[in-house]
Order: sequence, then structure tokens, then C-alpha cells
Amino acid sequence: MRLAYADGHMNADMGEASDVVGCPVCDAVYRLRPELSQRATRCPRCGYRITFGKTAALAWLVSLSATNVALLAMVVFLPFLELRAGQFDNAASVIDVVLGFSSGIMVPLALAVLAFILLLPLSRFLLLLYALGPIALGRRNFPNAARALRYAFVLKPWAMAEIFMVGVAVALVKLADLATIAIGPAFWIFALIVILNAYQDTLMCRHTLWTALTCNE
Amino acid sequence: MQRVITARDSGRVVCRTCSLVAPENQVRCARCKERLKSRDMQSLQKVWAWLIVGLIAYIPANTYPMLLTTQGFRTEESTIIGGVIDLFDHGAYSVAAIVFVASIVIPVGKFVVIGYLAILTARRHRTDPHRLLYLHEVVEFIGRWSMIDVFVVAILTALVQFDVLATINPGIAAVCFALSVVFTMLAAQSFDSRQIWDRLEDGANHG
Ligand SMILES: [Zn+2]
Repeated sequence: MRLAYADGHMNADMGEASDVVGCPVCDAVYRLRPELSQRATRCPRCGYRITFGKTAALAWLVSLSATNVALLAMVVFLPFLELRAGQFDNAASVIDVVLGFSSGIMVPLALAVLAFILLLPLSRFLLLLYALGPIALGRRNFPNAARALRYAFVLKPWAMAEIFMVGVAVALVKLADLATIAIGPAFWIFALIVILNAYQDTLMCRHTLWTALTCNE
Repeated sequence: MQRVITARDSGRVVCRTCSLVAPENQVRCARCKERLKSRDMQSLQKVWAWLIVGLIAYIPANTYPMLLTTQGFRTEESTIIGGVIDLFDHGAYSVAAIVFVASIVIPVGKFVVIGYLAILTARRHRTDPHRLLYLHEVVEFIGRWSMIDVFVVAILTALVQFDVLATINPGIAAVCFALSVVFTMLAAQSFDSRQIWDRLEDGANHG
């Protein structure tokens, strides 16, 4: 059977070659020249981005994950927002924000918010470190590294730190005439995490990461 | 455009996680251990199921109060729409617009678009698949943003605890709304995009 190259050239027999990839969106199968996988490639049929074309991304991805874990740990303990009205003064950390809910029927909601804004982003960074860290350090893969990388992709839509920051902005406007608000250090650290995370997501090329993981075995 | 060979045509199956190609009868991907399925035959049933529970949860999310604000001895309840109107009255037009888009436009748009995709994918069609995939991508990308209002409620609840002067508590609608967002995200994720291409009639748009 003849199989097309992703760049449009035709090729002879499709063996069990390692450069055969399938599009997860539309099921098209084609070959990906090794030199092409270093550049941005799209599925010739549906346009899904197969490779992002960033090869030096792996070391960056690992160091960004480590930075984000350290920053998240700081966010938990430092004051996030402080609110003053008359003689009342209330500083809240991100944990306080979550615990504000925790009574009766609101407990599940508190846990969900805690997961969306802290636990899931944190787990995602840790999974990436576990799966890709050894590659960046030139060591052998840890056991179940592939599973860790798969879960890192699964968790992506459920980690909502950036949405939380927009929520903070809306809350600040709602409180504007009720009290004076001071922004704590955790707020800026959290904002930094959101920016670093957005940059990190542009490096999450499935093809590059999976190939690197397989080649490191 | 030259003829494209699909994995199913050639007796193979593509791993949706890592795009490795495996023989049709293989159960799990050799690379990432993801369960392999050439086509998810139950995908449309799952989409409808999640979409309907999402829709059911969205009704109390709008009719019950999202926030309970106690000032002095007076407790005010505000729904999602009530919150938007309050912001608008305060002259915070852009923030009112953000909340309105996140809590009303995105969820309602999502119900309509996922329903449309599910109806269209169930039968043969001639619609440009690129457009359908694009719709699906948009829905997957923006769906999570409707969580904004739930986070706002959480932040206000934690910050405003002046006891006598003022307190803010979450209403039952916050739980319903969060559930509705989660269910519709699951509906979008259950969609098997490959079926959009399978059901494309010959001679139809190939962009
Ligand atoms: Zn796989």
C-alpha cells in the first residue's frame, strides 16, 4: 500500500517503520520524515497540528515545570488578597479562598475549586517532571513514565489556574465599593505561574515528547 | 488533493494520545498504554448523556441564588443574571460583559454547538468537516472558561467575613453551575472526531 508523506510526496511500501504516524483527529495515516518532525507539521487532511517544531523544548519544559512547582508551593502560604473595611481586616491566602466554602453541602465544591486551581496544576507539573526529568538529565526513564506523560495530557483541560485569575479580577471589581483591597505577594506569584504555564503549553508537542520518551528507554 | 489512507482502511488503529499506529486488534497502545479503539461506537450516546445532565444542572444554576450577601440584618440573594445587572448598574460594563459571556453565552452556545455536532455526526453529511472540527475545537477550548463565576463566588466568600457588617455566602446555584460546566466539558471530550470524516459523503467538500 502506498502511503503519503506529510509534505505531499508519495512513498513506496508502508512497512512497520517508526516514522508512520496517525492523526488522532481524523484517522489519516502517513509518514513523517525525521527532518520534518523538527518543524511545525499539520495533518494533510484535517489540519491538526502533529508537531509544533520546537526540538530544544524538552529541557525548557522540565525546568519550567520545576519552577512552577516551587512557585505554587509559595502561593499556598503567602497572603493572596487583603481586605480592609473600617476596623475589619482580613488577609486571605489561596487556601483560605477555598476553605471559605467549607460547610455542609459546599464541601464538595470547596474540594473541586481546590483541585482546579491548585492540586491539578501541581499534579500536572509533577507528572511532567517525573516523565521527562530523566530525559533532560540523561538518565533512564522512571517506571511508568509513559503513564505519567499520558495523565499530564489528560489533566490539561482540568487545570484552571488562569481562569481563577480572571475570577479574581471580577471579584475585585465587585468589592470595590465595599472595602479597600490590598494585593498580596501570592497574587503576583500566581500571575507569574499563569504566564509561565501558557508558555509551557506552547512547548507541549505530543510527537516530540512521545518520541523522546520512547527513544530514552 | 491526493487520496488519504485512514488507519481503519489499512487495518490499523491510531492511538489518540500519542499518535502511534498499531494493528487493529491490539487492545492497548504499546507506547503509552492508552486503550485503543478504532471508532468509539458509544461516543454519541455519551455525548448526549453528558449534555443532558449538563443542561439539567444549568437550570437550577440560573434560578437559584449564586451569592447570599448579608449586610446588617438584611440578606440579599443574587442569581447569575442578577450579578450581571448589579455590575452593569455600577458602571463596570466590561466586567459585566465578561461575566455575562462566561456564564450565559458560553454555556448556552456550548449546548447548541455540541447538540448540532452530535446530530450531524449521527448521519451522512456534506458539511465541510474542517468547519465542524473547528467548532469542536472552539467548544473544547472555551468551555472551561465558564468556571469564572464559581471562582468569583469562592473569592468573595473567603474575603468578605465582617460578621456584623457584611458576610457573603455561596448559594446552591454555585454547585449546580460548577457541575454543569464539568458535565459539558465531559460531553465535548466524549466526541469522536473521526466519525465526522467517516460520514462525509463522496464528492463533498474536501477543503
Ligand atoms: Zn499511545
